[in-house]
Amino acid sequence: MQEWANQLCENRQFGSKMTDSKYFTTTKKGEIFELKAELNSDKKEKKKEAVKKVIASMTVGKDVSALFPDVVNCMQTDNLELKKLVYLYLMNYAKSQPDMAIMAVNTFVKDCEDLNPLIRALAVRTMGCIRVDKITEYLCEPLRKCLKDEDPYVRKTAAVCVAKLHDINAQLVEDQGFLDTLKDLISDSNPMVVANAVAALSEIAESHPNSNLLDLNPQTINKLLTALNECTEWGQIFILDCLANYSPRDDRESQSICERVTPRLSHANSAVVLSAVKVLMKFMEMLPKDLDYYGTLLKKLAPPLVTLLSAEPELQYVALRNINLIVQRRPEILKHEMKVFFVKYNDPIYVKLEKLDIMIRLASQANIAQVLAELKEYATEVDVDFVRKAVRAIGRCAIKVEQSAERCVSTLLDLIQTKVNYVVQEAIVVIKDIFRKYPNKYESVIATLCEHLESLDEPEARAAMIWIVGEYAERIDNADELLESFLEGFHDESTQVQLQLLTAIVKLFLKKPTETQELVQQVLSLATQDSDNPDLRDRGYIYWRLLSTDPVAAKEVVLAEKPLISEETDLIEPTLLEELICHIGTLASVYHKPPSAFVEGSRGVQHKRLTSSAGSGESVESPDTGSAAVSEAPPAVIPSQGDLLGDLLNLDLTPPTSTGPPPSAAPGMQLGAMDLLGGGLDSLLGGDIGGSPAMGAAFGAPPAAMPASFNAPISGGLDDLFDLGGGGMTMGTYIPPKTVWLPAMKAKGLEISGTFVRRSGVIQMEMTLNNKAMSVMSDFAIQFNRNSFGLAPAGPLQILTPISPNQSIEAALPLSTVGPVMKMEPLNNLQVAVKNNIDVFYFSCQYPISMLFLEDGKMERQVFLATWKDIPNENESQFQIKDCHLNSDAASNKLQGSNIFTIAKRTVEGQDMLYQSMKLTNGIWVLAELRVQAGNPNYTISLKCRAPEVSQCVFQNYETVLKN
Amino acid sequence: MIHSLFLINSSGDIFLEKHWKSVVSRSVCDYFFEAQERATEPENVPPVIPTPHHYLISVLRHRIYFVAVIQSEVPPLFVIEFLHRVVDTFQDYFGVCTEAAIKDNVVVVYELLEEMLDNGFPLATESNILKELIKPPTILRTMVNTITGSTNVGEQLPTGQLSVVPWRRTGVKYTNNEAYFDVVEEIDAIIDKSGYGSEQTRSTITAEIQGVIDACVKLTGMPDLTLSFMNPRLLDDVSFHPCVRFKRWEAERILSFIPPDGNFRLLSYHVSSQNLVAIPVYVKHNISFREGSSQGRFDLTLGPKQTMGKSVEAVLVSSQLPRGVLTANLNPSQGTYTFDPVTKMLTWDVGKINPQKLPSLKGTMSLQAGASKPDENPSINIQLKIQQMAISGLKVNRLDMYGEKYKPFKGIKYMTKAGKFQVRT
Repeated sequence: MQEWANQLCENRQFGSKMTDSKYFTTTKKGEIFELKAELNSDKKEKKKEAVKKVIASMTVGKDVSALFPDVVNCMQTDNLELKKLVYLYLMNYAKSQPDMAIMAVNTFVKDCEDLNPLIRALAVRTMGCIRVDKITEYLCEPLRKCLKDEDPYVRKTAAVCVAKLHDINAQLVEDQGFLDTLKDLISDSNPMVVANAVAALSEIAESHPNSNLLDLNPQTINKLLTALNECTEWGQIFILDCLANYSPRDDRESQSICERVTPRLSHANSAVVLSAVKVLMKFMEMLPKDLDYYGTLLKKLAPPLVTLLSAEPELQYVALRNINLIVQRRPEILKHEMKVFFVKYNDPIYVKLEKLDIMIRLASQANIAQVLAELKEYATEVDVDFVRKAVRAIGRCAIKVEQSAERCVSTLLDLIQTKVNYVVQEAIVVIKDIFRKYPNKYESVIATLCEHLESLDEPEARAAMIWIVGEYAERIDNADELLESFLEGFHDESTQVQLQLLTAIVKLFLKKPTETQELVQQVLSLATQDSDNPDLRDRGYIYWRLLSTDPVAAKEVVLAEKPLISEETDLIEPTLLEELICHIGTLASVYHKPPSAFVEGSRGVQHKRLTSSAGSGESVESPDTGSAAVSEAPPAVIPSQGDLLGDLLNLDLTPPTSTGPPPSAAPGMQLGAMDLLGGGLDSLLGGDIGGSPAMGAAFGAPPAAMPASFNAPISGGLDDLFDLGGGGMTMGTYIPPKTVWLPAMKAKGLEISGTFVRRSGVIQMEMTLNNKAMSVMSDFAIQFNRNSFGLAPAGPLQILTPISPNQSIEAALPLSTVGPVMKMEPLNNLQVAVKNNIDVFYFSCQYPISMLFLEDGKMERQVFLATWKDIPNENESQFQIKDCHLNSDAASNKLQGSNIFTIAKRTVEGQDMLYQSMKLTNGIWVLAELRVQAGNPNYTISLKCRAPEVSQCVFQNYETVLKN
Repeated sequence: MIHSLFLINSSGDIFLEKHWKSVVSRSVCDYFFEAQERATEPENVPPVIPTPHHYLISVLRHRIYFVAVIQSEVPPLFVIEFLHRVVDTFQDYFGVCTEAAIKDNVVVVYELLEEMLDNGFPLATESNILKELIKPPTILRTMVNTITGSTNVGEQLPTGQLSVVPWRRTGVKYTNNEAYFDVVEEIDAIIDKSGYGSEQTRSTITAEIQGVIDACVKLTGMPDLTLSFMNPRLLDDVSFHPCVRFKRWEAERILSFIPPDGNFRLLSYHVSSQNLVAIPVYVKHNISFREGSSQGRFDLTLGPKQTMGKSVEAVLVSSQLPRGVLTANLNPSQGTYTFDPVTKMLTWDVGKINPQKLPSLKGTMSLQAGASKPDENPSINIQLKIQQMAISGLKVNRLDMYGEKYKPFKGIKYMTKAGKFQVRT
């Protein structure tokens, strides 16, 4: 009765109420002390109230762990509420008091035998939440009983308990055979038990990627589909997500699964709906497109997706991120639903931005008028981010739907007239893209743009405007004045603007050379002499040289026609898109990143791919059902601003012919005077290598010395140590003999032969230069064309003395792998330019790919297994190596010298299987299985790699290494 | 699965935390607070926030953020739906879902959360099952419990937990057997400021109807109901309560179900075809500012449009005026208006629209001295109600009961409301 009185008392903190808030009151004496006394009270009621107070403190994050023994003492009770409360407390604090927690074990064991299934279930539930290692083994027996309990409520609770236990001690769960029991529960008669078993298995499988825990076959699928109709909404989500991992055998099975999943689209729970959409999107790939059912299914998918958009904003957001994927994969589903993506002004900003994105994806000639009217409306809203994106969207529409370009441009001009600063700037940025897409069409608007020059304060807008002025300098009367005005604050501009300004002024000079000489001088000296930015300086030098040597060539290079930008922007790369479609509804789909990219703890990565119907035997037109859709025109992407600059730079730099080595400018140069040659080439080849005398004072400071080797010498040293310890010194790297790369006949008497070696992690190009001409050769420099693995000289070519006639000299050039990359054919082809005082010569050679195998290319066994399984079978290629008389150990030793590491060896029926791995400098892993049969000189090798192009090269390398 | 839950109030205090697996330090919420700071409005906090080791998925309801912490790949919708269920349950138990109510009932809240999720897996989320496990607090029960020493935790396994109809408990008894259905439709629409400049050609940009049928069924035993419509074809995009037999709907377009006991949402539907969506009111407006003047004109008139003879009631007009507006001096022909000079929100409580005497609100707005003409065009939001009509024209044909002998009392009500109904200016 005292308690009763207590409750009626004033409660200081929350006002007087007969509520739980009383549990928060504290007295001066010390809360813990008082609670302790109450917990040990004889009165049941008082005890219960005390436990409630303890729980209340716990919920707000107060530490009440000191009361552990007192609370656990209250556990032995027949009062269910008190029991539950004590359990709540136990779950929270057992971990911090492991020794005390053992006191609770007995009660659990006893409760698991209780007559009341609620108590049995409660006990098994709580048990699993006590994350104390010592206790877990005591819990196995009770858990085993509960998994076979007669009451399904207990069984379904026990199923979840297995997952909990697995999280604490995975080994124990496996040893005790709980996983098998759990698998058996998939066939349980009660749908709720099935659902929980699936949920538990899915969770366990996440940390065990290759365990085949959810080994789905048509029988289990059937059971899951039956349970799907009867279990709770949450169970449905687990089952649907599990179904999505199944690969149906043929299109008929896929259709029958789709048919049974479709009713879920009408579920009130949006998570069920989205999981169902995932299953349907995936299995649809298997259906022949001419099937009536295929069309029906497409139609059925639209309404539930639209309905998701009328839900709460948080749900809308997730739905929109997923719809973004669906629209990219199958635009036909929502092509008539444009209006539901129109933005309401009180949508949260994150919903607005997503809707806008999808609107652009759905924009087509049919609806463009409507879309534009909307976008224009959005551009007058209050939220700055949203307005900017809306303006950009208008530009994207113009680029995507050609027929609308004119209307888009006029809309943008209207917006510029509003003179709202950020609107104007965005508009100018997108107009630049429109110019690039439709050259010589809308230049009439330039005058309007120029009026707003002063108001531009953002680098991107300034850079865009400068680009426009430079590109159309001939049509803008006062282009020089405009650019000059930018030049005043050159050093305060961002790099982006500086680079653009430099290029624009050079363009202007080439177009109007007479009036702008001074301007170009000014910008070149600003860029080369007063700037600390290497990009800017290099570009400045290049232009300077070009202009001073051959203005005609400069014109060809700088004013070259630019490639058009393509229409769709920021599309997700097709393979990633496929993978994401398999993960609809997950975090991966919200972030548009593969699941492996961010979820912690998913050690093994399961890349999921859409399986098309190509494999199904009887479908006649199978080749173009799924696979055709997959390979639909690979979308190109508008380069972002940074890329665009890169492009301009590259346009300026790369020799116009990317396949054949000699740049078109070369012949002209050969005819020209000697010093012009030297200078011109230096800028192209040896800007930071040569230090040729011809460079003169204009170029100021001597080039900074390059570090001797880019491949960290430290790691090389470590490797040496390893080699010593491991006794691996026996077999060194195989070094191919030198071959003649450049015959004297082709190079005015210079003969170059050479080879490649890898020593302690450093790649070197070793050359013999032989002077077969009559005169002395000097001033050597070397440069590589872009190549597959970014090989580039890591320092200048060290030939210090001139080579006299008939003299030969050895030179070693350390290489780095951080140069620009371009795929070559064959992959290991390298195009080299060598210059000396006579001329420039070009040759190409091939390096053994083992140069690129890293010293740390030994994979963990587990990782090897997972990766091997993970790489799709299409990526596997098999080769034969004939006439090789090594045994497997010798072969393994030999290969190790070239950084091909044997991870495991297995002998099956007299055949040795070597599992090997190697890692390329660009991070690509190659996995190999080498089969050697005693007495058989023919080896079989299977290579698996995510980039299957390298397989051929790797195979050749195997052959050369093994045979030498 | 769901690892932990934090409840955070509008001033940024964590006032409740619950962990279903190991304890996650509440410092993880710092990432949420960062995002909250970046967001201009409370509702702009992004619902999914990544942190180095966890993901935070949150919903904002009743000015409380419910922040779930997850560690592995979990469908975000699953988490959001679950959080909604938590909110609904609190509301169901305590009448309101406020910080005060949650604090007042913290132990019940804790027991509920423990019952709803086990190791992150949903356990019991149906309100009828929860109510059997944990009885909702009432003043009377608290008194009785304290006197008799009994508890508010059920001792028996809830009957619905494993039955084929988990949503219904057995042994339901009523003296008055009744079943009421409310057909409620909300119109979501965006009305253009007039496509081509003239007031008469005001065009509808989008219009759709979100409809629900909410039921209150108090019937004895295990009744089996069927509900049929005059025009079931309207319903081509529907979401059902799990009790509805989907096959029967597919085949015959009849709703056949064993209802849960008490209040529940039988189905929700969506009518998107624009020609089926009638727009019940029109708005004539002229909100304008002149360059160089600190005065602006405000002129708004409402009138009924397609109402099928029913009257439009409880009309409430609100508009977010441009930031530069200092005061509004207006004159309503009926009802009252308020203008909040801080939020710039203008609200006009119109009441009923009389077609003979159209309500209007006219007057002037004054700008801050020296402020330039505002760029933005304020949108007008309209709320309204029309009784006795579902604007899509949906009509129930008949309701039958099988499986029980008694005669129930049946009732159907219709109502149309404005949902997100916006007029651009």
